[in-house]
Amino acid sequence: MIRPGSEAELAEALRDATGPLSVRGGGTRGPLPDGTPLSTSALSGITLHDPAALTLVAQAGTPVEEIDAALAKANQRLAFEPMDHRALLGTTGTPTIGGVVAANVSGPRRMQVGAARDHLLGLRFVDGEGTVVKNGGRVMKNVTGYDLARLVAGSRGALGVITEVALKVLPGTETAASLVIRGLDDATAVRAMSEALGTPFEVSGAAHDPQAQGGARTVLRIEGFAPSVEYRCRALAERLASHGAWEVETDREAVRADWRGIRDVAPFHGTAGDVWRVSVRPSQAAELVARAGAKQAFYDWGGGLIWLRCAEGDDLRARLGRYDGHAKLHTLQPEPLAVQALTRGLRETFDPRGILAA
Amino acid sequence: MQMPSPDARIMARKAQVVQRLTEALGERGVIHDPSETRAYECDALTAYRCPPLCVVLPSTTEEVSAALRICHEENVPVVPRGSGTSLAGGALPTADSVILGVSRMNRVLETDTADRIIRVQTGRTNLSVTGAVEELGFFYAPDPSSQLACAIAGNIAMNSGGAHCLKYGVTTNNLLGVTMVQMDGTVVEIGGAHMDAGGLDLLGVICGSEGQLGVVTEATLRILPKPEGALPVLMGYDSAEAAGACVADIIKAGVLPVAIEYMDRPCIRACEAFAKAGYPDCEALLIVEVEGSADEINHQLETILKIARDHDPVEIRAAQDADEAARIWLGRKSAFGAMGQINDYMCLDGTIPVSALPEVLKRIGELSDQYGLGVANVFHAGDGNMHPLILFDANKEGDLEKCEEMGADILRLCVEVGGCLTGEHGVGVEKRDLMTVQFEPQDLEAQMKVKDVFDPKWLLNPAKVFPLAASEGRRA
Repeated sequence: MIRPGSEAELAEALRDATGPLSVRGGGTRGPLPDGTPLSTSALSGITLHDPAALTLVAQAGTPVEEIDAALAKANQRLAFEPMDHRALLGTTGTPTIGGVVAANVSGPRRMQVGAARDHLLGLRFVDGEGTVVKNGGRVMKNVTGYDLARLVAGSRGALGVITEVALKVLPGTETAASLVIRGLDDATAVRAMSEALGTPFEVSGAAHDPQAQGGARTVLRIEGFAPSVEYRCRALAERLASHGAWEVETDREAVRADWRGIRDVAPFHGTAGDVWRVSVRPSQAAELVARAGAKQAFYDWGGGLIWLRCAEGDDLRARLGRYDGHAKLHTLQPEPLAVQALTRGLRETFDPRGILAA
Repeated sequence: MQMPSPDARIMARKAQVVQRLTEALGERGVIHDPSETRAYECDALTAYRCPPLCVVLPSTTEEVSAALRICHEENVPVVPRGSGTSLAGGALPTADSVILGVSRMNRVLETDTADRIIRVQTGRTNLSVTGAVEELGFFYAPDPSSQLACAIAGNIAMNSGGAHCLKYGVTTNNLLGVTMVQMDGTVVEIGGAHMDAGGLDLLGVICGSEGQLGVVTEATLRILPKPEGALPVLMGYDSAEAAGACVADIIKAGVLPVAIEYMDRPCIRACEAFAKAGYPDCEALLIVEVEGSADEINHQLETILKIARDHDPVEIRAAQDADEAARIWLGRKSAFGAMGQINDYMCLDGTIPVSALPEVLKRIGELSDQYGLGVANVFHAGDGNMHPLILFDANKEGDLEKCEEMGADILRLCVEVGGCLTGEHGVGVEKRDLMTVQFEPQDLEAQMKVKDVFDPKWLLNPAKVFPLAASEGRRA
């Protein structure tokens, strides 16, 4: 295992590499590519937290929990609430902020506040030739030059190894509540979630579990200052009354635990099989799930994200047919040829020797 | 500011290029008479002008593709243009270039409030996107001050922001998909009505690439439900430090206003003389706007006003209704027009960490004394995006040059305190030669390598963004 202690050492390791490297943060997101393991875990630590500027800068190997703890002290948070993959994928290790950015890991609040990459203000990375590149900065608005930071976010290490990230952080909320309804079929649930997200009540989570204990469960989250949360819960339940009576859960700890479970796809924990993640246009979600014929399904992002559990080795993509989006297990859905050409071109440009296995 | 000298070989082939473009787009789609091409000689950065070789105004993605393919074969540079409102010279042509304007492509292709998206052709203006969904209770969030005129194509090219991005983000945070034509005519579809990219997030690097990677002809945009209401509060302070500390405390208290705007004394006075908004005569004025239902607004305003009072304001005025709200915004919204009435000015666009605000304002004041040019400051304080307006006299020999030098010094200061050269206007030609202040050679090289992949011949808007010396070996 190569474990560079500084950006310079990492650059040297990449320059010296003769074969593929298998780059990892905490290694919590399932199978890693073949190659000599290279870990960023020794590049660790928060280098700047400026609460009044809503900014945090940290080295790539910094554990997410260390960042969460530091932010909580200032009543702030990573608003995109990155999921923890460990229980879902049966992995161990410690999720790192570099891994979160490299895979653009975003939780239930993604549809309201954006993905991990929407909170990325800048980064430093080392490309496949060992060149250190800086992009973006640490300020909230920045259009100086190309946004390589966004390109590298979600590239899973294919264009370079991230060494430092600057993130926009947001205030934590005073309280949160959930609206819950039972027994909606998938299509109705997605419609109800879309209706909720089309109101001005700032719904910050919308999930549906068709096989929940006690019957299908649709849940909406409202966050903010206490009087505002109370008002919006009431107004939203009225607006969605045609679907039935919505129960309001106001116990702060219960609400938090529920959404942590949704974030980490808790309904699938401890089950067997392959997990597929499908990004889809919400209005096509229910039909897609019906076609998929999976053992279990779970909807997040108001239907924009579907988790599917199938028998091991069962490739469901052929059954999904045509839709606006893409599905992912270990391999990617083939992209249109012109997009493939651009992707290949970029990978060859930043990693001409093919050192970065991703 | 220098532009590369035009290629005489291309100029000599003008007739041939025009003929091929006319065959593809028809007479109506090509402008080549010098008396008419003059209308395209500059954008909103009017200090620099140069009529293009010719102008094409395609009506469809296919026509864009045909025009680009021809220019690619003929090795003619192409400068994409939305509505020509760039303050950075993003749409400034060279004499050997073809301007490709998307203004005729302005249709709404699809509106879906269940999936909360709108798909438009990119010649459509920013404000008319909101106009198309307003009756359905939705809006498109990015709101650059040119929103009445500016096109979505330009918004995507420059990753435009606006006054409300503290809460809603800038263009890149509200863009879900594009149809883009590459320089060789290849049409690519990237993203769509779903939320995440399957492979590399090409959309992320296309947005903000200043028309150098391709011409975006269609865009899928995120639309948001309109808030129930919004009200601003105005606060006056006797020092920049007090106003800056007030902003910091509001943000630290966990309130996230949709906008926090800041004006200094020269700007307040000019706006007051122009718009008579009833602003107090003080050193620093803040306008803070919050959203929600009436009760929610009151609750947030209570918190904000309590903080505001802790910093010894000279005046506090919360709007009670829409009329008072409009009056509070009136001065701010007419700021650029008001300054234009009394002076020529140059508008800067650097961003700084919010915490550096008092220090930066002090040093801008020192630079103002040193150069003997007045400065009025107006900016988005919540996100640190500053718009210092340097006042000069265009008719006075050497004043423009002096103003440009001072502008460069202010931008260097922004970078020095941890900020950047441009927060929302883009680099264009205006800040092109300052890029080395913010970036090391290898940082610029990495960006130029991306252009190599999308546009290997470097024909799309080639003389922008990168210092000419840095891009010299790549440009034709």
